[in-house]
Amino acid sequence: MSDAKAAPIETLGLQCPIPRSEYPQVTLAHGGGGRLTHALIERLFLAAFRNPALEPLHDGAVLEVPAGRLALSTDSYVVSPLFFPGGDIGSLAVHGTVNDLAMCGAQPLALTAGFVLEEGLPMDDLWRIVRSMAQAAQDAGVSIVTGDTKVVDRGKGDGVFINTTGIGVVPEGVNISPARARPGDRLLLSGRIADHGIAILSVREGLSFETTIESDSAALNGLVGPLLGVLGERVHVLRDPTRGGLASATNEIAASAQVGLRLEERAIPLAEQVRGACEILGLDPLYVANEGKCLAIVASEAAEQALALLRAHPLGREAAIIGEVVADHPGRVMMRSHVGGMRVVDMLSGEQLPRIC
Amino acid sequence: MRFVDEYRDEAGARQYVELIGRTVTKPWTLMEICGGQTHTFIKSGVDRLLPESLTLVHGPGCPVCVTPLELIDRALAIAARPEVLFTSFGDMLRVPGSTTDLLSVKARGGDVRMVYSPLDAVKLAQQHPERQVVFFAVGFETTAPANAMAVWQAEKLGLGNFSILCSHVLVPPAMEAILGSPASLVQGFLAAGHVCAVMGYQEYEPIAARYRVPIVVTGFEPLDLLQGVYLAVRALEEGRAGVENQYARAVTRAGNRPAQALMKQVFEVCDRAWRGIGVIPASGLALRPAYARFDAVQRFDVGAITAQESPLCIAGQIMQGLKKPHECYAFGTLCTPEHPLGAPMVSSEGACAAYHQYARKP
Repeated sequence: MSDAKAAPIETLGLQCPIPRSEYPQVTLAHGGGGRLTHALIERLFLAAFRNPALEPLHDGAVLEVPAGRLALSTDSYVVSPLFFPGGDIGSLAVHGTVNDLAMCGAQPLALTAGFVLEEGLPMDDLWRIVRSMAQAAQDAGVSIVTGDTKVVDRGKGDGVFINTTGIGVVPEGVNISPARARPGDRLLLSGRIADHGIAILSVREGLSFETTIESDSAALNGLVGPLLGVLGERVHVLRDPTRGGLASATNEIAASAQVGLRLEERAIPLAEQVRGACEILGLDPLYVANEGKCLAIVASEAAEQALALLRAHPLGREAAIIGEVVADHPGRVMMRSHVGGMRVVDMLSGEQLPRIC
Repeated sequence: MRFVDEYRDEAGARQYVELIGRTVTKPWTLMEICGGQTHTFIKSGVDRLLPESLTLVHGPGCPVCVTPLELIDRALAIAARPEVLFTSFGDMLRVPGSTTDLLSVKARGGDVRMVYSPLDAVKLAQQHPERQVVFFAVGFETTAPANAMAVWQAEKLGLGNFSILCSHVLVPPAMEAILGSPASLVQGFLAAGHVCAVMGYQEYEPIAARYRVPIVVTGFEPLDLLQGVYLAVRALEEGRAGVENQYARAVTRAGNRPAQALMKQVFEVCDRAWRGIGVIPASGLALRPAYARFDAVQRFDVGAITAQESPLCIAGQIMQGLKKPHECYAFGTLCTPEHPLGAPMVSSEGACAAYHQYARKP
């Protein structure tokens, strides 16, 4: 991968390469396929993402791929606001797809990036987003090798929508599938839940808390790589609990493997200020989104070693064993509450809505 | 976290469970008034730690659930108007009217926004003088002071483009309606702590005396509820009626007087229809004539809209403690959070939603 790496992002200027005097905002012409489209691609996208696979600016990228099983994943990003504490739509679009690949047990190789820009988007904002994507990709060790840009009429988009598709290679000796959860396995979580969802909510709704809550958006391939390298097939399931939170992720696994999952509420890491925000708003942090957390289900005899491996990485310092897989109540997630009662943790039908009082 | 962890302490919970077990000698039926209390019981699972001879029934204290269907239909009609910016607490957005809900009106182009405070709606009215901003003012005595404040501020600011769709309800008349019903099983109450933080508990004393029931003002954390249950059961076992205050960290006998004064200035007591229950005399709040120009029903002339409840929904019986959600024929089959027949299935304080979300079986 190293030969395909982009130049250090610090060398990219903070100044947008398309001067404000020229085009302060994205116009429909930037998506027209003519000169302006080319200027946008060459001066903005190529400048930020530059790598040998992208350089020819051909219709597609041609990659050298090591032998093995390929993992492929795609995701679209539609976050509002575009910039939030701890990240932005650009870094999110890289982290999200890198993480989906990592959760397949794959080492991510390359990403594509499709942009739907809204007419009127400030060019400086686009430059910030593109720089952020380039930085995130470099940090995760992947290249953005091909892409696409479209512009829609003002009022028909939310500034920018990004789709990223990624490929990765699953190494020998790695076998990750939600169906592999077995009774007796342990559930590990790499850190605190609900940071991303509450960070977004607080800026979107203009809620101010005493401290700024930051999104946990991060690429997880560096965290799970050592786990898989050391424990191999003893890692049974990996999942990043994004939309729908830990509750939805655990329910999907329970349904897929037809096993029961039992969580211990007090073992689930949760930042004080995030917990406070959830209490005030009447939200259950189990259902709030994460963008840089990993749920790992490992064979019970490997649990302590897995915990140590996760904690050895900066993104996993607060990792914890939060529960186990059981043969009882197949397809269902149960949780022992702080006070010692048992409750079912079900999926929600829609979004959580803050309550009246 | 202070004021949270100490009220979710497992050892403390165990002590109260043992204490309740030692105190109870007969079967008793208690009602927790507030839907927030219902959810804490079910979510924390502490209701399952209680002796089997103790029955908990769930009260009417879910503001979303008791808001009459026709008022929701009126809200939907107002929200669909092109000049209107309709604001509501998040809870109300999924509540079904006769044909649709507010989220669907939004999907069809209505400007429906979730706010966290009625004062945010006033701010929107200031920011958008060309729009008619309407706030859906529902709730018990807990939300009434803030809603009164919104109207009071709108008046001071001279806002001609702000109005409220008001459906305030009051707890004591509902308790009396439940106690006065020959079918009632309720022998003691856990009163809603946050309602009492505003109103105090003075007004519950005549009810306790008249109907010879213990009423315990109770908070919302698991240990609050266990202590509330203990105090109620102890009073029942000792044959005592009267009001006790478990939630002393938030509630005084007199309550929050400035809040009460503001409510009184803006609102007056009126008869009010409760969804699934019917009209209870003197059980609601309406805008006083001096503030009538802030009444959205008049401004948008939607007073003629009336509605029929689904005959399958037994929400009224559930909110009076006569039935439990899983005893409903439609529960989980014809009525789900995706296709609710009644509000208790979608409100975050609704008993049916609690039973469904935490998959509570008989």
